[in-house]
Formats: sequence, C-alpha cells, structure tokens
Amino acid sequence: MRILPSGTQGLLLELDSIEEVLGRYAALREADLPVLDLVPAGRTILLVADRGASLPDLAAAVRAVPPREHVRDDAPEVEVPVVYDGEDLAEAAGLLGLDAAELRRRHQDERWTVAFCGFAPGFGYLTGERYAWDVPRRATPRTRVPSGSVALAGEFTGVYPRESPGGWQLLGRALVEAFDLRRDPPALLVPGARVRFVEVGV
Amino acid sequence: MTSLTVLDPGPLTTVQDFGRPGQASLGVGRSGACDRGAHRLANALVGNHPTLATLEVTFGGLVVSPDHEVLVVTSGARCEMVVEGRDGTRPAAHLAPFVVAAGERLRLGAPVAGLRTYVAVRGGLDVEPVLGSRATDLLSGLGPAVVAAGDVLPVGTTPRPLPGVDVAPAPEPTNDPLLVRVTPGPRRDWFGDDAWELLTGQGWTVGSDSNRVGVRLGGHPLPRLRDGELVSEGMLRGALQVPPSGLPVLFLSDHPVTGGYPVVAYVGEPDVDRCAQLRPGQQVRFRA
Repeated sequence: MRILPSGTQGLLLELDSIEEVLGRYAALREADLPVLDLVPAGRTILLVADRGASLPDLAAAVRAVPPREHVRDDAPEVEVPVVYDGEDLAEAAGLLGLDAAELRRRHQDERWTVAFCGFAPGFGYLTGERYAWDVPRRATPRTRVPSGSVALAGEFTGVYPRESPGGWQLLGRALVEAFDLRRDPPALLVPGARVRFVEVGV
Repeated sequence: MTSLTVLDPGPLTTVQDFGRPGQASLGVGRSGACDRGAHRLANALVGNHPTLATLEVTFGGLVVSPDHEVLVVTSGARCEMVVEGRDGTRPAAHLAPFVVAAGERLRLGAPVAGLRTYVAVRGGLDVEPVLGSRATDLLSGLGPAVVAAGDVLPVGTTPRPLPGVDVAPAPEPTNDPLLVRVTPGPRRDWFGDDAWELLTGQGWTVGSDSNRVGVRLGGHPLPRLRDGELVSEGMLRGALQVPPSGLPVLFLSDHPVTGGYPVVAYVGEPDVDRCAQLRPGQQVRFRA
C-alpha cells in the first residue's frame, strides 16, 4: 500500500487490486478515523480528512488499521430485475465470442460486486469473478443512454441511474431505479454490495 | 413568509451552501459555494448560521425584489449595486449589510474584479434541500435548478443575533495575476522535472470555457513521462488534473467524484477560493 498526497485535505491510498480496495474500504469504514469521506475507486481509496485533522497523523492511523480480506458473502445482496433487450446485446456477445443467449445467461449467473461508484450519482461499477468480461467501449459514445440501461464496458457492468451520454455496450434495462432521492440511501448499488441480475419477461 | 422574486438572474446564478460532503462513495460530489470563504462571510454579516444558503452570482447582473423588508449583504466579487425604490435609486455598498424594502429592486452590475458575488439574505434562502444541501451541482444535476427569471425564493427565519458590523474589511479579488501555492499531487511521478518547472514557472491564462466544474488553463502544455491510462481515482477541489492535451484543469466545487487523468499538483484549500474568482483571460501562477 502506498499513501500519496492529495492536497491539504486528502490522502490517496494506492492498492494492487479491486479486492484489496474492497477489503481495506470495509476495514477503514469501521475504524474510528477523523475522515469526512472515503472514496473507493479501481485501485485507490481517497481519504478526505476532517477539518483540522493532521494528514501525517491520519496516514499513521491508516497504516495501523489491520488490512482485511474482502469477504463477499458477508455483504448484502441486491437483486436487479432486467429485460435483456439492449441494442448492443448481439454485438457485445460477439466481442466476447458468445451468442446473445449465453451472454444473458452468464450476466445472470455472475457473482457481481459493486466495486465503487462514480460518473454520476448512484452509478456503480460492478465486477464479476466467474467469467472474463473484457469488452471495449463503443467507438462512438451515445449522446443519450436511457435511464435504467444495463450495460457492459471493460471489466465492469453497471446500471445508468439517469439518462446521460455514455459509451458502454447496452444489454438491457433494469426495472428498478438505481438512484432515487426518496430512498435512504438513494443509491441502490453501494460499494461492497453483491448484485444478482434476474431476467424478467415483458 | 418572506420571499425574493428573481427578475433577472444575470449570466448564471445558483443557490449554494457548503454542499454534500461525505457522499462521494455513492457518486455524489460535494458541490457547494466555489468561494467558500466569501459565502461564509456573507452569512456571518447578516447573522446567519454558516450553513444557510446564499446566492452565487456569476459575473453580476442579478435583479431581485423582496415581498417583505429584508437585510442583505454581498461578498466576493464587488459589483456596482443599486436599490431601486419608489422614491428613486440609491447606491448599495459591498461587504456592508443594507435593507431592501418590500417591492424595491436590488440590481447588481458587472463585477469590477473577480467573478463570483455572494448575496446573503438574513434568514437564508430556504429552498428545498436535496441530500442534506441546498447547493446546485451543475455536473450531477442534484439540488435546486439554476436560478431563473420569475423564481420565487423563500427566505428562512433566523434566531441568531446580528453581528453589529457596518462594513467588513476583507481581501477582495483583483484583476492582477494571481499567485497561489501548489503541492505535488498523487501523480507527480507521471511528469518529469521539466513539466514541474513549466507548471510553476509560467503564467497560465484562464480559459473562457471555465465553469463551476473547473478552471481551464492555457499555456505551454505539460509533457508526460508515461503514456497509458490511469484507473479512475477519487479527487478533490484544488486538484490540477492534466488531460492528454497537457493543459491542466483546476477543479472547483462541481468537479467529478473520480477522474481518469493524472493529478500533477494540488492548490491548497484556502487558495482554491481565490482561484474561484479568476476571470477568463486573467493570469494565474503556481508557486511550489
């Protein structure tokens, strides 16, 4: 683990893998640290110090928190109902050397975990563990991806929380809101949560 | 209940407070006033709790009218201001609380220096909070809509005593080149010493495409030591992110929660406020 400087209020922890990020994130959340925010990402966790907290003291406290292995089965599970009628289903399947039916089956069979959020409020980046999911983004991003779109890009799958531009391959649409201000927390897919996609008929 | 009617929002006016800290792990950025010190000072001068909402007026032009008498103050970028009443027009002073009577109009001209003026009303702007804040986040779309002509903004009530200050002396933005401190960022090692010397040795010109997300800088681009993509990582206000063009973007309040370009340096927290007052065409220098 490397601790990198990030201005007068931040420290950036650099780790080797998403699993290590998830384990550290869980451990740091439970440690009593003077932080305003913990922001997990692909290989890093940003710690935002409380006002007045000393960064060297915070770095020392972080090093003293014992690392933990990410235990997937301890996390809460979210079920996401999906209609697999996305425009890129066949193309994405082709890129993975599969047919559309097998892509749908694997997407539901995969053990997904929310690694981190970003891009938009409630947009979770989900990683799998059973299959290889390396799919390039679309060469030309769409200017309008509908809210609820279930999509694939790189090693991740995700659910668009609202209409936005986007370059991910569209597999279908979720029948739940990924971000709803009436819910607490408003984000459905929070870092560490397990996710299962379930096909529903229309 | 007291309210302010917006007759003209000027080029861009938003409601702001200290934003939504602590929710970045859900993809929710902090947002909030770009010049936090000026926002805090405006609230203090009318006896508001620091967390109450003010108007962030970008390049002046705001015209508002209250339906009951209100106590108002402006901070940040100094604008020529007048209050238009039934008995004529009178000037109003910056950093000095003044009364606007029911039906009178407060009119802000363009700022003489600086970019963002904060207008605090005693009682604060009581628009509906979203996720614990009344700040408009222009990147994520959270919070109240951008202020538009015809909006009626409710004013809250405040139990705090007035500070009894007539005029608050405070440092004001100028049009001179701005000098701010930087410290190495997490990806300083993606850049050589030549890039660091370019970063700290030249005057950067503020681009006209700057906004609440970031200040875009023009100058001699920073060369990178390494190619390849960075796995997106969390960043904060004050980050100097370097896209492939080599021209840094200084992140302000509505910056994305994570970014995929290397951060070569950070502007320290009190100085980010000063950078939020930079106008297009103005020069800024970074001192290590």
